Order: sequence, then structure tokens, then C-alpha cells
Amino acid sequence: MAFEVVADSLGAQAKDSSKTVANIAVRRRRETIFKICGLLATSFGLITLALLLIDLAAAGFPRLSWDFFTNFPSRRASQAGILSAWVGSLLVILTTASIGVPLGVGAGIYLEEYGRRNWLTSIIEINITNLAGVPSIVFGLLALGLFVYGLGTGRSIFTAGLTLALLILPIIVVATREAIRAVPAALREAAYGIGCTKWQVTRDHVLPASLPGILTGVIIGISRALGETAPLITIGALTFIAFLPDSPISSEFPFVSFSWLFDGFTVLPIQAFNWISRPGSDFHANAAAAGIVLLAITLGLNAIAIYARYKLRKKLQW
Amino acid sequence: MTAMSSVSIKTTIAAKPEFKFGKNKVSANNVNVFYGDKHALKDVTVNIPEKAVMAFIGPSGCGKSTFLRCLNRMNDTIPIAKVTGKVEIDNQDIYDKALDVVQLRARVGMVFQKPNPFPKSIYENIAYGPKIHGLAASKSDLNEIVEASLKKAGLWDEVKDRLSDSGTGLSGGQQQRLCIARAIAVSPEIILMDEPCSALDPIATARIEELIDELRENFTIVIVTHSMQQAARVSQRTAFFHLGVLVEEGTTDTIFTNPNDSRTQDYITGRFG
Ligand SMILES: Nc1ncnc2c1ncn2[C@@H]1O[C@H](COP(=O)(O)OP(=O)(O)OP(=O)(O)O)[C@@H](O)[C@H]1O
Ligand SMILES: [Mg+2]
Repeated sequence: MAFEVVADSLGAQAKDSSKTVANIAVRRRRETIFKICGLLATSFGLITLALLLIDLAAAGFPRLSWDFFTNFPSRRASQAGILSAWVGSLLVILTTASIGVPLGVGAGIYLEEYGRRNWLTSIIEINITNLAGVPSIVFGLLALGLFVYGLGTGRSIFTAGLTLALLILPIIVVATREAIRAVPAALREAAYGIGCTKWQVTRDHVLPASLPGILTGVIIGISRALGETAPLITIGALTFIAFLPDSPISSEFPFVSFSWLFDGFTVLPIQAFNWISRPGSDFHANAAAAGIVLLAITLGLNAIAIYARYKLRKKLQW
Repeated sequence: MTAMSSVSIKTTIAAKPEFKFGKNKVSANNVNVFYGDKHALKDVTVNIPEKAVMAFIGPSGCGKSTFLRCLNRMNDTIPIAKVTGKVEIDNQDIYDKALDVVQLRARVGMVFQKPNPFPKSIYENIAYGPKIHGLAASKSDLNEIVEASLKKAGLWDEVKDRLSDSGTGLSGGQQQRLCIARAIAVSPEIILMDEPCSALDPIATARIEELIDELRENFTIVIVTHSMQQAARVSQRTAFFHLGVLVEEGTTDTIFTNPNDSRTQDYITGRFG
């Protein structure tokens, strides 16, 4: 029986060889069609992006000058600058990162390495995944209720940092967990086998091996936070600020001051939004210029991330 | 395995000098291991003599690795694994609640099937263990440990000029010797080796076998192997596992020339496994 089947299929194969040739031609054609479709899809995105960038650059470049960075916003478009906006963005991101990164990486390590697989960790896991899909305006509403009114942290840089930290927490947690999960089991076994405690395994082996991946998550999160507008407007970021937050360096002991945390602020995307919503092309040019600066910061961050990842990978010596 | 090779095993055995066993280093009593519902190891009772090489042989999936991992409690790292019974090292129950498993793993080193050096420099690979266990008081102490361990593992001459190179850049055989050196560096009393040569070519294998023979002077060695030849060459005692049961255990001599159990006989003559 079995033999007959084999013989049959052999015969069929021989007969089919001319069919196979035709078949290959069809397959080739399909491949070409797919290639063209793929190329079109890719270039659609690229061309749109390029057009956008060119448009932005054409509108904004003439406004980019030293004064633009050192001036406060003004009623006159030609004198308006982004000083308060970029300082605000910087301080908000600093606060966001200082809160979000340790929390996110810590939670990721806990869930992956320490958390037992039980209903509690399952609930936490589901929540974190859901959190990543929550619209940012909802975070703003939450922050307004919880931080501004509940805890009385005010419409401050601190509140903004907390809010954005919450927003990017799931991104960092998920990236951390994935990076940790990608660490080969053999490395863990080697470390345990030599008598490492769990913490030593984590700190000396798992974390260094997963740092490049974690870093990527952190940078993606921070880039996202940098561009957020909605939650910050919700918590009451100002749109017209003609002063800087308190200086973080003071002349008296202990020489650092954190009172800036509780100052009002604005950030680059809000400033840009404010300008674009005004009538008059002068202000629109300002908005484009602010957009260029924001874009440059984001790209710069990504460049740093890529460089750091490259350095870390080299240090790992796989 | 053919009749030819079983003859050559007999010559291997005959060529080996008489061995005098010391006291027992490890004794396992009625050890059972469960992976969830799966009963992987059934009532294993065996003694392992000190300063000798004991080989575990048996078909794939019979529980050799599982038993080996009981001896340094590596099974603790598998959440679903459950171990019952008693394992004593120097008459001390290693599953005692008061026993520090980190300390235990410093006393019972392990070498894995696939060489797994840390993605760090050759020096760091060796120095890491002594550092975390506080075995070196100074930098020069540490240097000495690194050098001595690499020498004992027969790797020193090959790497002494490139200690800061990556451990993962070495050849497979060198990596495995690096892993052995890493295990030696924390001065264990027992070294567990789970198929240490299965990823290596014959020359590298011969090198490791030589090394095992030298290490026997100072360490108690337990080796899992699929190569009957290897077991015959390097071990003084052999235990045969089958389907989670320890079928037979005795001097390597007896197991390979005059086994009691027909299953052992069948396995060593290559009728299954
Ligand atoms: N982590 C695990 N989870 C579940 N079952 C396992 C696990 N490790 C081993 N087992 C099972 O336990 C039994 C014994 O496995 P073990 O690895 O000890 O065999 P082995 O004798 O070392 O085999 P090999 O020679 O192939 O390495 C096998 O049936 C295996 O499927
Ligand atoms: Mg095994």
C-alpha cells in the first residue's frame, strides 16, 4: 500500500515537471508585484515625511537665530523666542526621567525576575499592558484630580514630571521585561552555578546584558514624553510665560535648589501649539521653528541612544 | 555501539591502574524529583566517593542531569521542580533549611553542556567568583587565583597574553576549559560536569578528559556523559540510569565488564539508548 502511494507520487512528479516551470514563472511574477507594492508602501511614508520636513524647514529656518533661543515669548512675532519653552521642556523631561526610569526599570525587573507567577502579577501585567493604551488626555485628567487637587502639587513642573512619568511607565516596563527575557538562560545558569545570589545574578549579569534593550525603551519613552501636549495642558501648563523657573543652583549652602520643581512652566509643543493657533503667518513661522527645535532634540536623543547602545554592546563582548 | 568498541572499552578498562576509593563525599538517599506532575527521578540512592571521578550514564531523558542538579540545588531555579529525599555532602544535609544555597554552590561547582562563559574578559570570567565570595584579600591575591585556576585548567599558556580579551572569543574547547577554570577558582570540593564535551571536537575532548584525570587528585568529580568510551576512560565509578531509576552502580570496571542488570548490559553493548 505505502509503496504504491510513493510510486504514484513519483510518477506524478515526473509528469509535473513542465507544470513546475510554469509555476516558477508565476511565483517570480508574484514576487515582482510584491516588491513593487512594498516599495510603494515604503516610499509613501518616506515621501510624506520628507515633504513635511521640507515644509517645516522652509517655514521655520529663517526664524532660527540665537535670539530665538534666548528670548521669552512676545506679542511681537519677530521678537518672540522659546527660552521659557525649551528650559521648561528640559526640566519637565528631567523630572519625568528621574521618576519614570527607576520606577519602570524596577518594576520590569521585579515582574520578570522576582514576581511569582500568580494572580496578582497577572493582574499587574494586564494593567500595565492596558495602561500603554490609555489616551494621554486621560492621564492628564487623572493627574489634575490626583496630583493638582488631591496632593496639591500645583500646576508645576513636578506635577508635569509625575504625569508624564506615569505615561511612559508602561513603555519602560515592557521594554525592560523584554530585554531581560532575551538574556540567555545559559548566562543565568552560569551565574547561579558559581554561587551568585539572585540579586548578584540580576545586577552583574542580567542587567548589563539587557541594558541596551532597556535603554531603547527609555529613549522611546522620553521622546514620547517630549512631544506630549494634551496632558500638560490639562494639568494647567501656561501658554505664555515670560519668566524662568527658579535656578537649580543657588549661591548658598547646599548650592542646589529644588524650588524650580514647583514653578509654573510651558514646554516646546505647547508653545508651538500656541503660536500656530494665532492668526498671522509670522507666528506660524515661529511655530515651525519651535517644531524644528523639538524635532532636533528628539533626533538628538535617538542618536545618543544608538551610540550608547553600540558602546554597551561592544562592552558586553558576546 | 558495535562489538568492536565494547572490546576496546574492555581494553581501556584493563589498561587502567587499580584505584583505591576514599570515603564517601556525597550520599543521596531516596531522592525523587518531580517536574509538576512528571516523576522524573525515582528513589535514587547512591554514594559518591571523594577525590574520584564518578560517571552517570544512561539514555536521553533518564534523569542524569536532573540528579546532577540535585547535588548543587540548581533545581531550585526551576519553579516547577520539587525534590524529596536526602542529599548529604560530608554528612551535612544540603536541603536543610538552615543551609545557605549560595555557599553550597561555591562548594559544588558546575560545568555545563554548552560552554557558557560570561560576556566579559577572560580575567573577569575567573575573577568574578572569588570576588563575590570574598576569597581574595587584594588585587595580587586575585591575580594569583586567576593564574592558578587557568593553569589547573590547562589554559594559561594559551591565554596569558590576552587576559583582557573576551571570554566568548575563545574556541569551543578553550571556552569549556575557561568554564572549568571559573569553577575551580572558587575552590569547590566537588565539580559537577554535565556532558562537558558534547559540543567539542575529539582533540578538545581528549584535552578535557586529561584535565578531568588531573583534577581528580584534588576534587570530587561527577560527570554525565553519553560516551561510554569517555566514562570508561575517565571514571572510577559509574552509575547507570534508566527511565528515572538508578539501575546499577559500581566500579567502572564492574559496570563495563560484568554488569549485574540485563538493562545495563544492553545499554553498554549498544542495544538501546
Ligand atoms: N525543566 C524541566 N521541566 C519539565 N520537565 C523536565 C525539565 N527538565 C527535565 N525534564 C524532564 O525530566 C526527565 C529527565 O530529564 P533530564 O534532563 O534529567 O534527562 P537526561 O538524562 O539528562 O537526558 P539527556 O541525556 O538528554 O541530557 C525528562 O523526561 C525531561 O523531559
Ligand atoms: Mg542532560
